[in-house]
Amino acid sequence: MLQGYGLYLEEHEAFRRTVRAVVEKELKPFASQWEEQEEFPRELFTRFGELGFLGLKYPEVHGGSNAGELYEAVLLEEMGRCGSGGVAAGLGAQHTIATGPLHKFGTEEQKQRFLAPAIRGEKIGALGITEPNGGSDVAGLRTTARRDGDHYVVNGSKTYITNGVRADFVVLAVKTNPDAGHKGLSLLVVEKGTPGFSVGRKLKKLGWRASDTGELFFEDCRVPAANLLGGLEGQGFYQIMGNFQWERLSLALGALGAMAEMLEVVMAHVKDRRAFGHALHEFQVVRHRIAELATDFEAARQLTYHALRLHVGGEYAIAQTSMAKKVATETACRVADACLQLHGGAGYMMEYDIQRHWRDARLGPIGGGTSEIMNEIIAKQLGL
Amino acid sequence: MKILVTAKRVEDPESKIKVKPDGSGIVQEGLKYKINPFDEIGVEEGLRLVAKHGGEVVVVSIGGKEVQEQLRHALAMGATRAVWVNHTGPLDQMGVAGLLQKVAEKEKPDLVILGKQAIDDDQNQVGQYLAEFLGWGQATFASKVESLESEQEKNKVPALQMGADNKSVRVVREVDNGLATLECALPAVVTTDLRLNLPRYASLPGIMKAKSKPIEELTPAKLSVDVTPKVQVLKMASPPPRKAGIKVPDVATLVDKLRNEAKVV
Repeated sequence: MLQGYGLYLEEHEAFRRTVRAVVEKELKPFASQWEEQEEFPRELFTRFGELGFLGLKYPEVHGGSNAGELYEAVLLEEMGRCGSGGVAAGLGAQHTIATGPLHKFGTEEQKQRFLAPAIRGEKIGALGITEPNGGSDVAGLRTTARRDGDHYVVNGSKTYITNGVRADFVVLAVKTNPDAGHKGLSLLVVEKGTPGFSVGRKLKKLGWRASDTGELFFEDCRVPAANLLGGLEGQGFYQIMGNFQWERLSLALGALGAMAEMLEVVMAHVKDRRAFGHALHEFQVVRHRIAELATDFEAARQLTYHALRLHVGGEYAIAQTSMAKKVATETACRVADACLQLHGGAGYMMEYDIQRHWRDARLGPIGGGTSEIMNEIIAKQLGL
Repeated sequence: MKILVTAKRVEDPESKIKVKPDGSGIVQEGLKYKINPFDEIGVEEGLRLVAKHGGEVVVVSIGGKEVQEQLRHALAMGATRAVWVNHTGPLDQMGVAGLLQKVAEKEKPDLVILGKQAIDDDQNQVGQYLAEFLGWGQATFASKVESLESEQEKNKVPALQMGADNKSVRVVREVDNGLATLECALPAVVTTDLRLNLPRYASLPGIMKAKSKPIEELTPAKLSVDVTPKVQVLKMASPPPRKAGIKVPDVATLVDKLRNEAKVV
């Protein structure tokens, strides 16, 4: 077979073996426990920092390894196999969405203050965009930041924020000019403990339970003007869009890893479970069902790799990325559902892993822009 | 200090091994391979010794070009360079020890570390043969006094302790009734047991650096070793499948069956 699908090189595959060993030894055995506790240890951030996993695409001067996005793609795929969507999401949010804008648009001072400790895993980061009234409609966000001397005064609230409760800093989307639509949008880094910034309850979720998802409130919260990302007002829309492609690819890649894991789980089950005197996989209906799932998985993989190839090649592959995000996450839901069905009654039991995959997969077509938003983007790219 | 460590390519213990219907070997299609876990422990121990005493770890493997994957893994862990003995075809334990002997004579290491056995055929012979061929002392089954989860392990204190003049090595080894401590004059051959250390992961910078580390290619002919096997594998077979158990109605029947059928009491 063509090595690494003609995309990954030998050293990417060597790195994959390292990530897989970490996932197998340090994450998988605890996945059920953390999902049940609805929390994973904070030390995992420092552990991942120590392993260099949080700075794969960031420059060495900030503590990264400057290895490139393909290594992060390998990490995201393998993390999709860890058995806990919540752990993958919490750690993934750190290196994909929270630090991405800091690296691309932050001032050197901001990178030293926030990016470098986040790469070491010492500070937990979050990206705060979605509000109770809307998410993907970023031009319509209502949280405001009014300039007052050398500070901004922030008022508003955010919700569904991954790492929100534990975050040491939030890269926050705010309106610095409420009347200017998307041109009035800026990103402001708000630190935990800033007076006027409070964190609400940890939200209860269908899946991704080990990840911390929070509500954030800002009431006359005074944030130093030095925390304005890149030192520029009105660049928020562009800065958010600048990292959306990678966020969407990351969700597609995570879905690939999850599907690989689900198929492994179901293969073991159908070989083990017997009915009417035969192992399940000896029934043609079961064999064919799994063949279909493997085919759907492969199709999703190819579209995702196509988008990834364009992205790492420097193209702004907005349509292909949106397509890949939609196809991979939706396929993962269908594969999860079919794998659960193949488990029969056991599939409905909390003690079997497949139910967690089924719950975790459901976030895919929602987070990072819903499938409907993806369709809007694709339609726009088609000229409609 | 120079340490020579082996890195045999073996079937991944997670893989399901099937014997070919004709018993001539195992089905290799679809199998995954990795470095022998005992050898990986040897690489780790070598790296820890070198970190403390200076010097280099040289890693050696025998096989077709696919064994370069295991050599690269050891290089990514931190070994300095690699020796690849290019050989395909059958090889018995004396052939392996003969090749390693020549490599050792060429490299002149202070210490050779091997896994106590490879997890594919579980022979547990090569280290012992090699020490004999070289005429060096040997300490097999190197293990650890303290638990692997102990503070000492976390601080990565080597289990192999060099003598003050770097002319001897003190090795704690696992024996049937506990632990024995040996002192060996250098150069020596040490084989590793499971409870010696927890090998590090290959880090990304390590993987990157490994790409440019040299792999020297040798052959049995270049080393003047005749590797014609003295041991021939006649047939391989899977162990018989485990039979289903039975339930006994009472203790008396159990004792009877243990005594008369199983003949264990």
